[in-house]
Amino acid sequence: MLLVNSVKQFVTRRLPDALHRLGSPRLFFETSGRWLPWLLALSVGLLLLGAIWALLFAPADYQQGHSVRIMYIHVPAAILAQSGYLMMAVAATVFLVWRIKLADIAMQSAAALGISITFLALVTGAIWGKPTWGTWWVWDARLTSTLVLFFLYIGMIALRAAMAHRAGVGRACAVLALVGLVNLPIIKYSVDWWYTLHQPASFSLSRAPTMPLEMWLPLLVMVLAYYLFFFTAWIMRIRQLILVREKDTDWVRQWLASL
Amino acid sequence: MKLFIAAVRRDLQAQLRRPAELLNPLIFFIIVISLFPLGIGPSREALSLVAPGLLWVAALLATLMSMDLIFRSDFDDGSLEQMLVSAMPLPVILLAKITAHWLLVGLPLVLVTPLLALLLYVDARGMVAMTLSILLVSPTLSLIGSVGAALTVGLPRGGLLVAILVLPIYVPVLILATAMVATGLAGGDYTGHIYWLMAILFLSLGLAPVASAAGIRISLED
Repeated sequence: MLLVNSVKQFVTRRLPDALHRLGSPRLFFETSGRWLPWLLALSVGLLLLGAIWALLFAPADYQQGHSVRIMYIHVPAAILAQSGYLMMAVAATVFLVWRIKLADIAMQSAAALGISITFLALVTGAIWGKPTWGTWWVWDARLTSTLVLFFLYIGMIALRAAMAHRAGVGRACAVLALVGLVNLPIIKYSVDWWYTLHQPASFSLSRAPTMPLEMWLPLLVMVLAYYLFFFTAWIMRIRQLILVREKDTDWVRQWLASL
Repeated sequence: MKLFIAAVRRDLQAQLRRPAELLNPLIFFIIVISLFPLGIGPSREALSLVAPGLLWVAALLATLMSMDLIFRSDFDDGSLEQMLVSAMPLPVILLAKITAHWLLVGLPLVLVTPLLALLLYVDARGMVAMTLSILLVSPTLSLIGSVGAALTVGLPRGGLLVAILVLPIYVPVLILATAMVATGLAGGDYTGHIYWLMAILFLSLGLAPVASAAGIRISLED
């Protein structure tokens, strides 16, 4: 009973309180401003470490030769393309339920970053496909579902652009993000079932690695670096949009004057 | 239920006042299909090979073209606002509208499919599978499309935007439906496909009216 009550209090009181406090654009801007240099240094450092390790020191594949190194750029991008949509949908849910302006900004930023990373995954995939499969593009399950994911991101951005000056733009995009989220697994499974040629996912934290440790470790570093970089870029984009949206408030004017 | 039927009937009557608009998707479907033989060439093998895909993509596009009709006139004359404040829950009203839309746009597409399949040299087995698949899936298309239409009804020109929002979501049904037709053409058993398509139909029957209602509320607020 005590547990139920405390859970209830957490969901109905504490969580919204915390969200609303953090959801204040000004507070977020100030707090994130203090974290940003550290995050930026850490993510760029990790990216450099991972890239140098993967591109110079990791072993070449006995079949693919050096072209296997594209994996270190491609696989993290492909993973992040999907989690980017998930993060966008989480922001959409927070915005629909609690109407926090910051969540709308976070959703908008996640869409922009997500589409870029999906594009990166598609392009690096094509570049990797040429030496390994002998073709830039195949209508294979995972390529196709990534392409559809790309289209879903385009829909989000197109809807926001079309409704730019309307009050309901954030909520309309949030509804679309959730509809897309429901569909994402259906699209994934239907496309998988439709045709598959792609190797099964070779990178997973929950299973024993199917690749040698010398390749798995730099890949892990790259995945972490990509995530960290995504978060850093996300925060930077959110900060920029906060400034744009709140440009007529006193605190933004003061901040600009203090530069 | 009685109210639901009344709402469907009201929508049918309102839409039937403008028969030309209702015929457009159907005519579009027929013309697009007749263009393909001109583009691909009249060869029997080539046409029957690509027929399921052609019919399906053309049906998707025809449904999309008609999506603008579903809420537009009620939005323009303000009836949609009345529906928002009526005692009947908005998702139910919208489900009635979607039903009426399917009866007027989806069903004619189903009826004309065997004829078009004939034009593309599809044999009898394939024709049955083709028609059955369109019959099963066109309600799903209307349901999913209504979400896109609801989100964009407040925009002056939402037509192409609806296509961008909705087409990626149509991917699973397109895959399943064309697979069903291919199985039918090969003389196989496609009961499994039917179950899957029904599952997707019921899923969208449950979710799409709620999402459309949210979209309509947002569109009407501005």
